[in-house]
Amino acid sequence: MAKLSRRHLIRTGLAAGAAIAVTRCASNETAQAPNQAPSGTPANPAQSPEVNTNQTKDVTLRFIGTGVSQINEIRDKAQEDLGFKIEVRALSTEENNQIAITQPGQYDIFDGEFFSLPLVIPAGNLQAIDISRLKEFDKIVSIFTQGKFNGARVEQSQGTAPFKVMYLTEQGSKEFATSPTNWATLIPFQYNADTLGYRPDLVGRTIESWGELFNADFKGKTSILDIPQIGIMDAALVVESLGLMTFGDKGNMTREEIDRITNILIEQKQAGQFRAFWKTFDESVNLMTSGEVVLQSMWSPAVTAVKSKGFQCVYAPLKEGYRAWGGGIGLSKNLSGVALDAAYEYINWMLDGWVGAFLGRQGYYSAIPENAKKFMSEAEYAFWYEGKPATEDMIDPFGTKLESEGAVRDGGSFEERMGNVVVWNSTMQENTYLVQKWNEFIAS
Amino acid sequence: MSSKTFKALEPYLLVTPQTIVFLLFLVFPILMIAIVSFWQFNGYAMIPAFTLDNYLSIFTSKVSLQTYLNTFKYVILVWFFCLAIAFPVSYFLAFYIQNQTLQIILFLICTVPFWTSNIIRMISWIPLLGKEGLVNQLLLGLHVVNQPVEWFLYSDFAVVLGMVHLYNFFMIAPIFNSLMRIDRTLITAAQDMGASGWQVLKEVILPLAAPGIAIGSIFVVTLVMGEFVTVRLMGGGQSASIGKLIQTQIGSLQYPLAAANAVILLIVTLILVIGILRIVNIRKEL
Repeated sequence: MAKLSRRHLIRTGLAAGAAIAVTRCASNETAQAPNQAPSGTPANPAQSPEVNTNQTKDVTLRFIGTGVSQINEIRDKAQEDLGFKIEVRALSTEENNQIAITQPGQYDIFDGEFFSLPLVIPAGNLQAIDISRLKEFDKIVSIFTQGKFNGARVEQSQGTAPFKVMYLTEQGSKEFATSPTNWATLIPFQYNADTLGYRPDLVGRTIESWGELFNADFKGKTSILDIPQIGIMDAALVVESLGLMTFGDKGNMTREEIDRITNILIEQKQAGQFRAFWKTFDESVNLMTSGEVVLQSMWSPAVTAVKSKGFQCVYAPLKEGYRAWGGGIGLSKNLSGVALDAAYEYINWMLDGWVGAFLGRQGYYSAIPENAKKFMSEAEYAFWYEGKPATEDMIDPFGTKLESEGAVRDGGSFEERMGNVVVWNSTMQENTYLVQKWNEFIAS
Repeated sequence: MSSKTFKALEPYLLVTPQTIVFLLFLVFPILMIAIVSFWQFNGYAMIPAFTLDNYLSIFTSKVSLQTYLNTFKYVILVWFFCLAIAFPVSYFLAFYIQNQTLQIILFLICTVPFWTSNIIRMISWIPLLGKEGLVNQLLLGLHVVNQPVEWFLYSDFAVVLGMVHLYNFFMIAPIFNSLMRIDRTLITAAQDMGASGWQVLKEVILPLAAPGIAIGSIFVVTLVMGEFVTVRLMGGGQSASIGKLIQTQIGSLQYPLAAANAVILLIVTLILVIGILRIVNIRKEL
């Protein structure tokens, strides 16, 4: 009897072990099943008495995008204003591009970054956006529509600048046009200028150059982004600033340039310059708040997140300029008929300003700032866009206080920040080689 | 259908569901990976055209070798520490705890590391091991060190610690299992013959526990070989393992290259497993 129960115990133990193994494996994978609501579910029954011939009410649009903009509040407001149903899926930058390219059946609207387009467009899963159907396209900031910005240095910026991939030569084309056409790839709705963030209390002085990232003063206290296409641009700004090397075009490096820059990175890594590398937003916030890292490349909302936890954090305006990124939405090839009409309605709604104001309160810029202004208080617009001291506390859309009265946005006004963009996140022609060398850097 | 033919067919019918699941979810995906590993790719798409470039680039790159060596380093260290902890723990559970309820409770306590999600576990190491973490504060307070110890976190030490913490149970369970099956009269007999405690352990218990150790080793070795989450989070992204290499390649849509790496990883892991099975006859256990 004793033996039997002992065996029973053993069996249970092994089963428990197996169960744990299974759940662990499962938990490593992101649940990717989209929760498909039955199509034709009325989005907003409260409105039903009104006589409406608008058929788009029965449409469900499936979005994929990053957590930055796939936010429930935006979805709810869109459903309320537009009357059709929207499903959002928040993914990492990498997953988002993967699905955009490899699983076209999974989405109707792609909310992605302009730098992914040199990979997404040739895959042929997006359809060109008919600009003539957009009410306010002409009002979109000229950085996107014309590659111009009052003569500021952003006009000469390197990398996958949105204007370079904004237009297609014709409707069914996979070729980017060098001058404006009627066919757009993505319609921008949020973008920002990224730079180094630092803890002034731990650094003890002002950081004014990208080169500081390799400064021996901060040995073992810096961090860089572990996404090859973005991290390499930050690294390029650093080595250029230090005069360690020059580039023909940072946004499209040659193999020799990639070799040299990874060698420099490897030297720095082996000398112990970096504390850690980060891949997700939360990791960069944790590194900063825990004091593990005092100076690192960061994303704007990560800086506000650090601040909202009660730590000082500066998003440094640097003399070499900013690295920028731009996000927009594109239409899946599968959209047609009523669903396509709904998608255009969404784009027009998105440009109308509510979304711009919502994202603006977190520090992102809107495609049409003058529209966002309509939905922001005077104090908010003055702080976020005009670089003026806050006349009241700045509260983000989720109720967290980001800045106190009197604070000034790091880097100043919209014109100062976006005008000083020198590079954009980039997909280079040597992308495959870059990833290989980046792995070498991580492995070294 | 007569009952006789049914009798003949019965075993086949019984194994059919298993076989289908096995083929569909194990054999087929592995075959696909093997096929894709010979394809070409161009950054956004896979091209079903035969090439050996993926394998050539792996075998000619010094990164692969370096990364494999680093992965082996983790395997050896994690395996060693898991065994060093798991054997005494299992021994204690099996031989010193007589009360079966208590035994079950203590065994379940060994599963505590699995009670929270992986990510939360990893994040909670920061306040413990970080520069401003509890351990460093204690050491500074006791004046053992003058500066915070940096290698507690984001280092090989941290990676190994994280993995030992995670995978120890996979070693404890099978060893505990083998120890429980040892006939207690054998030990009494050995003692009657005048064997010392050490001799009993060496001559009786260890050989009989060998299959359990082998099974635990297989668990640990295979888990660590493919590990990438712990390596990234505990290593602060600065440490390399084959799993992490594959993950970066998948993230950059280089599926064929990632597939080639996966095939090699599978082969290397199988060789290790076969090696373990060669040393210990595991069938005794089953």
